[in-house]
Amino acid sequence: MMAVQLWQLLDLLLAGLTLGLGWAAVSGPDLRRSVVFFIAFGLLVAVVWARLRAPDLALAEAAIGAGLSGALLLSALRDEPDAETSDDVRGGPVAALVSLAGLALAAAFAWVMIHTLGAADPVRLADQITAQLPNSGVGNPVTAVLLNFRAYDTLLELAVLLAAVLGILALGPARTPYRAAGPLLDGLIRWLVPLLILTAGYLLWAGAHAPGGAFQAGAMLAAAAVMLRLGGHTIAGLPRPPMQRILLTAGIAAFVLVGVITTGLGLAFLQYPGGWSGGLILLIEAAATLAIATTLALAYIGGRPAGWVSEGSADTTTKIGGRD
Amino acid sequence: MLFAEITYALTGIGLFALGLRGALLRRSLLGRIIAINVCGAGVFMLFVAIAYRGPGQAPDALPHALVLTGIVVAVSATALALALGRRLRDSDHE
Repeated sequence: MMAVQLWQLLDLLLAGLTLGLGWAAVSGPDLRRSVVFFIAFGLLVAVVWARLRAPDLALAEAAIGAGLSGALLLSALRDEPDAETSDDVRGGPVAALVSLAGLALAAAFAWVMIHTLGAADPVRLADQITAQLPNSGVGNPVTAVLLNFRAYDTLLELAVLLAAVLGILALGPARTPYRAAGPLLDGLIRWLVPLLILTAGYLLWAGAHAPGGAFQAGAMLAAAAVMLRLGGHTIAGLPRPPMQRILLTAGIAAFVLVGVITTGLGLAFLQYPGGWSGGLILLIEAAATLAIATTLALAYIGGRPAGWVSEGSADTTTKIGGRD
Repeated sequence: MLFAEITYALTGIGLFALGLRGALLRRSLLGRIIAINVCGAGVFMLFVAIAYRGPGQAPDALPHALVLTGIVVAVSATALALALGRRLRDSDHE
């Protein structure tokens, strides 16, 4: 009984800390502090996922939610000229009104949630997932949902990622690169990048039966790219632009190829033939890992690396920009 | 209903409201992007809290899969928003 109460105390502490850091990230007047609080907030949210028995999410959140988002925001902060403005948050009667409306909204949501959760035993799909898991080809239920039961959703999600990165590439050239790292940082990068690539490979393989998978593995590879970029490598270890294009679309290509073949065999789109599920999922996940890693790395670079467009089309971009 | 489920679901709702308030009240684009991310984390937390089924019980994997895709979409949307912001600033300076 005591142990249960101790857990409850820890839950309250973790929830309170999360809310506090969320508040600090959102309400502080100084942007620099907001970014730092947001990174800490992301790490704490990863702890919450681990507490709620969602290790797949904890891995992804630590790598993406805290790590990559943090790196993105920090590099955006670099070209923010007024980062130290102290009046970033509006005050006065409007703020009071918005705060009141927010409180009312939260209270209404809380009321609805407590009544819907408490009213009856909700219908859950978890039992169906558990029942069908042996047929899915993998042992990790999250991977089974992502790559088998709801593979169509994941295909479309990769399309969303591609759309986002195409937007970033279309908006302009890459950010100015960092200067070459000193010997200490360079040595660290030489150690960390191979380790990150190894970890990515492990997570990809382990995702079939344990926490991990394409998203976590892709995030690890992207973290290696961020390290390289911070160390002064202009294109963050990415291959040449023609290869980047192939990598960006690799995930969707693998999905569509498998889908078309299964349709040709007389099965439904992405309905894996019996016994082939495990291998096909690994194939798609490997391609998706490369696509996700390239997407996130290009997102971190923040625009077209050198060599994406010919001189002629670069001129057109400048002209359009000049007309604004 | 489990204590942890309720605690974290309420925390999620709180984070959602906090993020929404921040997105409405901040002036800078960067501050608003951070606020929207906090808002999204609140939604994710509500999902994962509802998926939790107590110690020793396997949680519901479906919300986990949804949140996992959500995290990745959120970071790419953040990157796109930051790129748009940079382009906006560049065109302001011209």
